[in-house]
Amino acid sequence: MNKVLMKGNEAFGEGAVRAGCRFFFGYPITPQSEIPHYLARRLPQVGGVYLQAESELAAINMVYGAAAAGARVMTSSSSPGISLMQEGISYIACAELPCVIVNIMRGGPGLGNIAPAQGDYFQAVKGGGHGDYRLLVLAPASVQEVIDLMALAFDLADKYRNPVMVVGDGILGQMMEPVELGPLPEVSPPPKPWATTGMLGRKTRNIVNSLYIEPEEMEKVNLRLQEKYRQMAEREKRWEEYRVEDAGLVLVAFGMVARIAKAVVDRLRAADIPAGLIRPVTLYPFPDVPLVRAAERARAFLVVEMNAGQMVEDVRLAVCGRRPVYFYGRTGGMLTTVAEVLSQAEAIWEGLR
Amino acid sequence: MTVCLKPTAGLTGKPFHYCPGCTHGVIHRLVAEALVELGVLERTVGICPVGCAVFAYEYFNCDMIEAAHGRAPAVATGVKRVLPDRVVFTYQGDGDLAAIGTAEVVHAAARGEKITTVFVNNAVYGMTGGQMAPTTLVGQKTTTTPFGRQVAEAGYPLKVAEMIATIDGAAFVARVAVNSPKNILRAKQAILRAFKVQLAGRGFSLVEVLSTCPTNWGLSPPEALKWVEEKMIPVFPLGEFKVPEGEG
Ligand SMILES: Cc1ncc(C[n+]2csc(CCOP(=O)(O)OP(=O)(O)O)c2C)c(N)n1
Ligand code: SF4
Repeated sequence: MNKVLMKGNEAFGEGAVRAGCRFFFGYPITPQSEIPHYLARRLPQVGGVYLQAESELAAINMVYGAAAAGARVMTSSSSPGISLMQEGISYIACAELPCVIVNIMRGGPGLGNIAPAQGDYFQAVKGGGHGDYRLLVLAPASVQEVIDLMALAFDLADKYRNPVMVVGDGILGQMMEPVELGPLPEVSPPPKPWATTGMLGRKTRNIVNSLYIEPEEMEKVNLRLQEKYRQMAEREKRWEEYRVEDAGLVLVAFGMVARIAKAVVDRLRAADIPAGLIRPVTLYPFPDVPLVRAAERARAFLVVEMNAGQMVEDVRLAVCGRRPVYFYGRTGGMLTTVAEVLSQAEAIWEGLR
Repeated sequence: MTVCLKPTAGLTGKPFHYCPGCTHGVIHRLVAEALVELGVLERTVGICPVGCAVFAYEYFNCDMIEAAHGRAPAVATGVKRVLPDRVVFTYQGDGDLAAIGTAEVVHAAARGEKITTVFVNNAVYGMTGGQMAPTTLVGQKTTTTPFGRQVAEAGYPLKVAEMIATIDGAAFVARVAVNSPKNILRAKQAILRAFKVQLAGRGFSLVEVLSTCPTNWGLSPPEALKWVEEKMIPVFPLGEFKVPEGEG
């Protein structure tokens, strides 16, 4: 297997191509621009289509049309652009169309800045657009994992006929790491007999819709969607555990912050503080399983995020009052450093004694 | 007995929900007949708007997609890029296309997207209760211009066909009306031609159709047809604003 040095943003593009994605619609925004740059070159090489839309509103609706026509399709953007896509994402979720949306999060709210942040956690996992819907949300923490999770993202999108969001931040997007790339895999997405491709001999018309004027009908759709989300929650929780078995203090962090937290765990262990790390790989469904398990032994949890405290709410729900859950975060694109998190962790551990 | 009007295979036969005297139904029929006559119904994907035609997917006898308000040209772009050999059309009202969705239609035209847009201009937002549209005439009373549209506050009606015709990617742009048998026949020809332009791969095609909204205009159906003739056509002149190069 050949290893190549690859930029995170390029890996989002290459991972999509390897997952059989042949259509990309997007609108430029930092710090994700290398994704469209890469795909504008790469997609024509594999017979695909790259198209720069006039706005994020148009881009997500092009995704909606392409997904309705049965294609593997994606878009990518960064925080303010993702906000503009929310209308379309809600439509896609209700029409039950598969697609992948990449959000390379930046400092906000508002126009904010282009520095790495995790402030869009709520927006990603709690809905974001209007109505009762959920996205599957994946959070890679390395360039290799970007490649792997993009493949998973497209498979899950097709499996559940649901939009999948893959979130990263500017660090993951801009850093270079070696990745293993085999030959371009053969991908065979499942048949899509529901797609609006023109009837061409089909007896019944296919309609892609999210309009249910009768409340009884609309509720039925919602119940079906909720059942789908329940199945996702049952089958698709993913996480990584590091030195948690005997941990008294469990750090919880996702994406790039988890790598900082991992370094903190090693430092704490070196100082004889039994620390561990749980890294959610799926942010929705939220992997509460390892937290519930860890809560039996651990004395406290420390959630570290690059936001004002968003995932900490899901951790508290999972831990459900059994143990104290502390939070440390920086916002606005400020990085959490190993030293900062270490001193927080040490103070918490000291307080428990 | 001679049958002068048979149902078209292009429509499902489900009764329209439109108000009496509304010409949305006539326009549906013209589009459906054109698709049948060109023999492309089986490979057509239509995109519905938000507005009174929101249920159009119940009526057109082909694969249909319901789009968000104004976004139909973007949805159509996605479909056409995946399935370039299919016929793709959007059906949009003036609120849908000329207000919230102006950017989408302008840029679909600019890209020369090989889709056809049927633009139904009834000078008002029908579905939401007769508010002012970008196409509302100066002086026209609506629920949000109770004293008549005043230029100083609400500006001028937007002339979509003329505007789109200035865009290089637009291959065929026409404005027609469905207020008289003669105009209906002309409208049919324009719609046929728009689809032919798409089939020939020449670029974006748009047919603006002047339509009635007796309900929100507060007129009887015959009065509404007269209003199109007397009030709308002078502001929105009929004709072809752009035809493909080499075609007269
Ligand atoms: C995002 C969004 N904004 C507003 C609406 C409400 N809305 C529904 S139909 C409509 C106006 C449609 O008018 P037009 O396109 O002229 O079609 P008509 O009803 O006259 O046929 C509006 C504003 C909506 N559905 N979605
Ligand atoms: S409200 Fe107006 S546009 Fe809508 S169906 Fe009735 S007459 Fe037609």
